[in-house]
Amino acid sequence: MSLTALVALVRKDLKLFFHDRRAVIMSFAAPIVIASFFGFLFQGASGQANQARIPVAVVDQDQTDLSRKLIARLGEDKQVQVEALSLDRALDQVRRGKTTVALRIPAGFSEGATRTFFSGGAKPELSLDYDPSHAMELGLVRGLLTEAAMTVVSAEMFTGPAGRKSLETSLDQLERSNLAEGERSDLKRLLESARAWNVRQEQQPATARRGGLSLPYSLKEEALTSRSATPYNSYAHAFAGMGVQFILFMGIEAGISILVARRSGLWKRLCAAPLSRRLLLGGRALSAALVSLIILGVVYVFARLIFHVHIEGSAAGFLGVCLAFSLMTATFGLLIASLGRTPEATRGLAIFATLILVMLGGAWVPAFIFPAWLQKLTLFIPTRWAVDGLDAMTWRGLGFQAALAPIAVLLGFALAFGLIALARFRWEVEG
Amino acid sequence: MLEIRALEKHFGTLKAVDGISFSARPGEILGLLGPNGAGKTTLVSMIAGLLPADGGQVLIDGRTLCGDQDPLKRRIGLVPQDLALIEELPAQDNLAFFGALYGLKGLALRAAASRVLDLVGLSDRAGDRVATFSGGMKRRLNLAAALMHDPEILLLDEPTVGVDPQSRNAIFDNLETLKRQRRTLIYTTHYMEEVERLCERVVILDHGRVLADASLADLTRTGIVNPRLHIELNAGGDGHWLEELRGLDGVASANLAGTQLAVGIADLAADTSRILSWLSGRGMVIHGFASERPSLESVFLSLTGRSFRE
Ligand SMILES: Nc1ncnc2c1ncn2[C@@H]1O[C@H](COP(=O)(O)OP(=O)(O)O)[C@@H](O)[C@H]1O
Ligand SMILES: [Mg+2]
Repeated sequence: MSLTALVALVRKDLKLFFHDRRAVIMSFAAPIVIASFFGFLFQGASGQANQARIPVAVVDQDQTDLSRKLIARLGEDKQVQVEALSLDRALDQVRRGKTTVALRIPAGFSEGATRTFFSGGAKPELSLDYDPSHAMELGLVRGLLTEAAMTVVSAEMFTGPAGRKSLETSLDQLERSNLAEGERSDLKRLLESARAWNVRQEQQPATARRGGLSLPYSLKEEALTSRSATPYNSYAHAFAGMGVQFILFMGIEAGISILVARRSGLWKRLCAAPLSRRLLLGGRALSAALVSLIILGVVYVFARLIFHVHIEGSAAGFLGVCLAFSLMTATFGLLIASLGRTPEATRGLAIFATLILVMLGGAWVPAFIFPAWLQKLTLFIPTRWAVDGLDAMTWRGLGFQAALAPIAVLLGFALAFGLIALARFRWEVEG
Repeated sequence: MLEIRALEKHFGTLKAVDGISFSARPGEILGLLGPNGAGKTTLVSMIAGLLPADGGQVLIDGRTLCGDQDPLKRRIGLVPQDLALIEELPAQDNLAFFGALYGLKGLALRAAASRVLDLVGLSDRAGDRVATFSGGMKRRLNLAAALMHDPEILLLDEPTVGVDPQSRNAIFDNLETLKRQRRTLIYTTHYMEEVERLCERVVILDHGRVLADASLADLTRTGIVNPRLHIELNAGGDGHWLEELRGLDGVASANLAGTQLAVGIADLAADTSRILSWLSGRGMVIHGFASERPSLESVFLSLTGRSFRE
């Protein structure tokens, strides 16, 4: 008999959910629309194709062969867009956010750089003025600049006239220095070999000259995601995050429906039937979990058909995470029903709490951009595990093993919420 | 047979139900009459097993309810004071849902639904959403929902609040049908005329206590629930005729204050003109008169000496 009642309770809730056009829109259309938008936004950050180049303004006050070579070398990299400007124009552009970095090559750079290449002394100063809202790009420009300067200056040292002149000056200085005799003769041999190499290179035709120093490696970069060579799909994360958010909203409404029933005579009528009260709450939880699974299904089918979000990892793991998260959503609803008083006040507070949970769970922006302490802290937040679990089974393409921890944590939260709800639920009818 | 023994319920220091006892038999509509806050809803909730008692017992055929899943609960039908319906769903889905809570399914469920829809006269609106119903129709469906599992005892908590006279009469007719089926009906209200119309017996409650438990005939005989005539005379005189008036057939009480004469009578229709002509025959000039039907207000006043608080 209680099975008949349970089926009736669940069917009633499902009917009411699908009857409510607003609930259906909030649960299906809203996550799809918002996730599509987020996925589209973050696509740029990951896809290599249409990524914008970093604009770099260069101010060449040195105007030497070497400074021009440096600028040309920097411009060869496809991550930056180099433009030569006057100092005033360049600084102005950065201030107004039109250009990310202004690089200034001071007069005397060429001479200073070659002079101090082997020996010490005051090094010439390259300055980078940058837009503080693009601090991350500054690091990239700094790296590219280092590589370019190293390459062109060392090439000049071993092959160019400025380099030879600098070597001769260094040899002169060496004679007059007060180094120990052993060290002096070693250094002298080094500089003389370099000079001899330089002279020989100059007698070669320009095309056959050897270059200078270069990085002792070349880089092959590839985003590592799924086990296969599938590219990262920014939509996968967006759909996980938004699915989680709007399903929790649905869970809130499930809990609030109990508060609404309490206020009408409905809860009395339910309690008057010869049913255990756990069955009454269990029925509500079960229907909420079912609705959650349906929403996840619809949202991910859409993501698959339109944005090619595939379950690259374990399908069983994906189902497990979905199931555990759905149960957690259900008992989250019961928790709200047991702690809340009036539907209106409870809804506002619950939505606020959920938004915080979802934000900290990395559903809006991925958790990996959080500071380290926050990443640690958010391990105590169930939504973090839900989003990470869904990510792991979709675009990361991890195996079932990787789903175990999220499933366990989500089930743990589900159990805790359920027990608190049962303990705190006000069974007594009013009046 | 429903028996209530010394039932108590406290909310903090408030004794909402303070030692109430009475019993009700099959084929009887028992009126539970009391002002707002008298404890009627609390009492009904306790009988239905929704609220645990702080003292006393509810006995159904000599047994007390034990736990939420006690099959004895099937013998009770509750019509809550607040509408207990799912507005978004059609009437028949509501009934099917409430029937299923009692384990009804399949043919039995459909048969029960059509039986109760028939009783309350909503068969032709079965497929319509409750939200489209009038207040009276909702009240009738609220009653029908409590009858799905065919209970022997029906608890009706102010079932006609906010209902048009036509629907109210329809509900009264339904209740009389149920009474003829030898069910036990407990009818709570704060309208005296509803009790007059429906019940042979009334239990009057105030502050969680029983003020009176009697048949309506007894209440009338003791002069507590009589209609009254208020007659304005040209001169009251010494009132030597008052004793004679009190001795007349159908006169329960007579009091004179100045020129104002108040007469308690058994039946407004039968006794009014007879008393007026009796007074004229004594040479008294009548300036005006008004009649007053018995109300809870007047019953209450005569039982407690206090006026009825809303
Ligand atoms: N859950 C409750 N908590 C506290 N007081 C209550 C509760 N339910 C009812 N009361 C109080 O008990 C008294 C009786 O209420 P109730 O049974 O609803 O009266 P009635 O139905 O006759 O209007 C009222 O004073 C009411 O305020
Ligand atoms: Mg009441």
